[in-house]
Amino acid sequence: MSCQQWLYTVPLRLRSLFLRKRADQELNEELRDHLELQTEENMARGMSPEAARYAALRALGGLTQIEEECREKRGVNMIENFVQDLRYGLRQLRRSPGFFVLALSCLTLGIGANTAVFSWIEGTLFRPYPAVAHQERLVAIGGTSPGEERGGPLSWPDYLDLQRGCTLCETTFVTKITGGTLSIGERAEVTTGSIVSANYFDAIGVHPILGRGFEAGEDVGRNSHPVIVISYQLWQSRFKGDPQIIGKTQRLNSGVYTIVGVTPKEFYGTFVGWAMNFWVPASMEEDFEAGGYKLEDRGARWIESYAKLKPGVSRQQAQQEVSAIAQRLEAAYPATNRGRGIKLWPLWETPFNDASTLLPTLKIMFWVAGSVLLIASANVGNLLLVRSFSRRREINVRLALGARYGRVLRQLLTEALIVSALGAACGLLVAYWCRHALILLFPARSGISMHLPGEIDWRVLALSVAICLLTTLIVGLIPALETRSLDVSGALKADSPSVTGSRSRAWVRSSLVIVQVCLSFVLLVGTVLLLRSLEKIRNTSPGFLTTRVLTTKVSIGAAGYSEEQAKAFQDQLLDRVRSLPGVEAAAFARITPLGYISYSSTPIAVDGYQPRPGEQPSVDYNQVSPDYFATMGIPLLSGREFTRTDDENASLVAVVNQTMVDRYWGGQDPIGRRLQVNGRWVRVVGVAANSKYESMREVPRPFFYVPLRQDFAKSPNLNIRTTQPLRTIATALSREVHTLDPNLALYEIITLQEQVDRSTSPQLVAVTLVAILGGLALLLAAIGIYGVMSYTVSQSTRELGLRMALGAGASNLLRVVISRGLALTAIGIVFGTAVALALTRLMGDLLYNVSPYDLRAFGLALAVMTSATITACLWPAWHATRIDPARVLRD
Amino acid sequence: MSKPSDLVQGTLDMLILKILALQPLNGWAISQRLKQISGEVLQVSDGSLYPALHKLEQQGWISAQWKVSESNRRARFYSLTRLGRKQLEKEAANWNRLSAAISSVVKMSEA
Repeated sequence: MSCQQWLYTVPLRLRSLFLRKRADQELNEELRDHLELQTEENMARGMSPEAARYAALRALGGLTQIEEECREKRGVNMIENFVQDLRYGLRQLRRSPGFFVLALSCLTLGIGANTAVFSWIEGTLFRPYPAVAHQERLVAIGGTSPGEERGGPLSWPDYLDLQRGCTLCETTFVTKITGGTLSIGERAEVTTGSIVSANYFDAIGVHPILGRGFEAGEDVGRNSHPVIVISYQLWQSRFKGDPQIIGKTQRLNSGVYTIVGVTPKEFYGTFVGWAMNFWVPASMEEDFEAGGYKLEDRGARWIESYAKLKPGVSRQQAQQEVSAIAQRLEAAYPATNRGRGIKLWPLWETPFNDASTLLPTLKIMFWVAGSVLLIASANVGNLLLVRSFSRRREINVRLALGARYGRVLRQLLTEALIVSALGAACGLLVAYWCRHALILLFPARSGISMHLPGEIDWRVLALSVAICLLTTLIVGLIPALETRSLDVSGALKADSPSVTGSRSRAWVRSSLVIVQVCLSFVLLVGTVLLLRSLEKIRNTSPGFLTTRVLTTKVSIGAAGYSEEQAKAFQDQLLDRVRSLPGVEAAAFARITPLGYISYSSTPIAVDGYQPRPGEQPSVDYNQVSPDYFATMGIPLLSGREFTRTDDENASLVAVVNQTMVDRYWGGQDPIGRRLQVNGRWVRVVGVAANSKYESMREVPRPFFYVPLRQDFAKSPNLNIRTTQPLRTIATALSREVHTLDPNLALYEIITLQEQVDRSTSPQLVAVTLVAILGGLALLLAAIGIYGVMSYTVSQSTRELGLRMALGAGASNLLRVVISRGLALTAIGIVFGTAVALALTRLMGDLLYNVSPYDLRAFGLALAVMTSATITACLWPAWHATRIDPARVLRD
Repeated sequence: MSKPSDLVQGTLDMLILKILALQPLNGWAISQRLKQISGEVLQVSDGSLYPALHKLEQQGWISAQWKVSESNRRARFYSLTRLGRKQLEKEAANWNRLSAAISSVVKMSEA
């Protein structure tokens, strides 16, 4: 449309919109004039006045139609009609509050569940780091090795080479989660923090509200920059928001650190799941990490890093460059880097935080929430459909008066839009309340601030609006399409309710119920499968005692102990603990099984074992003190346990597990044979039974143990086997630790069972969420069945009355109604079974030792669905028995 | 049905524009003129006239004013705008081209 044309048309449109009455009046006047003139002319031709007027009217056609057609030509009719429909729709809804409340609550649940799941996905997977700029360009960097494609950590020198070589990265930064003991006054406390590269705060665009971030060069050198940035939360809770905090010193682990900055309130660090409370530069790594000074050791892989890609660079492009760098490193440093690759991961697949554990659960949640929405929509669609039958006269009158089909359709869609828009608004409210609910499902642990926020940003809002519109279409089109089949003259004439029970409409209602049953059956099967695998996981023996063994950790680092002092302390503590009443055994181990911290890993060589070409066997191991196997209850199959004589002066020894014996010694007893660990030969002195090391779901894998004294760690975990309750031991233990050194802090003390439960919490979360939504779906489907059966009964009063008159008893009628309901359910279940068989394999990773086609799961789901159907049919069926046959026949 | 069944919608528009190009008229006069000009060949129902007028007005091709007619009645008079004149020229040219093409095709088939 040209500019000039706008000049003419815009005022006209505005006039049509705001001076509608006047425009209509003028039009009416004009048409009347026309009629009069035509009548006069007809009379002049000799017609009687009446005939003249009639002829003029006939020539013109229906006045109302012409007026409406003219209005449409004005081009603003859409808006006008919409406002009109909106007002009419609201009036209609006010008139039937029961329908309105039911429809609204169905949609609130459906849309609310979806929005909540979206907000979790957004807040933990897509935009997981509040206050961090340009998260859409962040990728996680993980190291890979043959047989270990899940990204692991990198070494500091490799990282520096990557940083220098990556031209497609705007910046890269390091952040490694760690723990530290803060000593403030008499109180020592363990808290989570992060070891970062000096550019960390600049790279993520977070500016401290007090003081500064780290300066270039502060991540270089050994223990050379004892500076610390603290979180707003720590500043408030431990330093009472002291405005003079910058420049003050704070004891953390073995060092005294100068506080240089405080981060903004909304910043929680960059680790999905946990909130960070402090940050230290990488140069201070030795104070927090086991394994000594590692900044110059290319073989020590411990850092977790991210890259921010340049704008417009895809992950695949950057990956090519990064792979080339990894290959150059492989060639330059074969001893440490042979077979090692570097891989870039999108944030939601970050291998080293809770994103990777949440991803499969949230993926499933996405589909589950979608199904719940569909079921809810089907319910509301059905309600609208039933309502449209009772409004069929109204619609017919409108059609007969000349309303076009499209106009009626728009009216019905507008009503659906009102319901779904209100549903979306309430749903958003529900989602807003639930946005932080994810964290409630994870077991709490002390010393660590869990942080799993949901995020309701414009993207989540846009999705909710899209859902709302989609729902409107589904919900509105069902009854609208039904109206199409209305026969205007027929329906106007006939007024008996039997017309509404026509076959096609019953068919639409039934298929809606079938879809609902089908979807909720799939969800039921999924829930049962997850429940069964959780049960299996929980019932699997980890290979060590769980209930009677406690585990904790003493942070020795904080006291600034030398290695000698640490050894002396460990010996003293162990002696004191062993003499506590009720303690059967106690031992140290660097790693407690099934925890977050990873084991040491080493390339191995075995006497008499010939690796295949290209194979570089690499095995995880743990450093444990004497009595470890006795404490943990891990059976020794052959040989002996470590003793106090297996110290730094004795010859090197190891205990291997059964799988390792099978793989490298062909099942022969390996006692006395040699094994190369970190380039040094050690002698095998014992064989331990297999147990679980990192995850309850892992398959048996090679593993071995070395004496703590021969591969020393300053802050190992303390495991205690006891007959006493946890509280008693905890009190006694902190007393003993305090006696030895008041500066030391005890980490939380838990049973190994608790440790196992925590490691399976992602399964628990998945089960809980799917069960909640599955239950919701079942409820909605039951409401759907109830609705349809009630309607069917009310529409077939005649038939049921006849049956009664012919001698059918109450039980007979009950059977008739319930079996109709069950017939629908049966069809739904058949479809549901087919869908479930196709879909449950997608749960793959969340299932443990349960076949996706588990017969018992399907059977249980079938039983639940059937009883739900029967329950839903009972009320309508009872209603059927109350029909008075005499009255029915009379009517 | 108010739609002209035997007249292409665009043709009706063009006819109206052409009639108004001669002098401003009210709706009734336009309908009389249409009947006069086309005789029995083009059947334009009165019902389709007013929506067409509305559309042309909305497009800015004609404008309407209330005036007093010869018979001393107040009536809505339509007149062609500058845009409408251009549109008429364009449509007339199109029509000429089209009818020339069609008639040459018709003649060819006769030969």
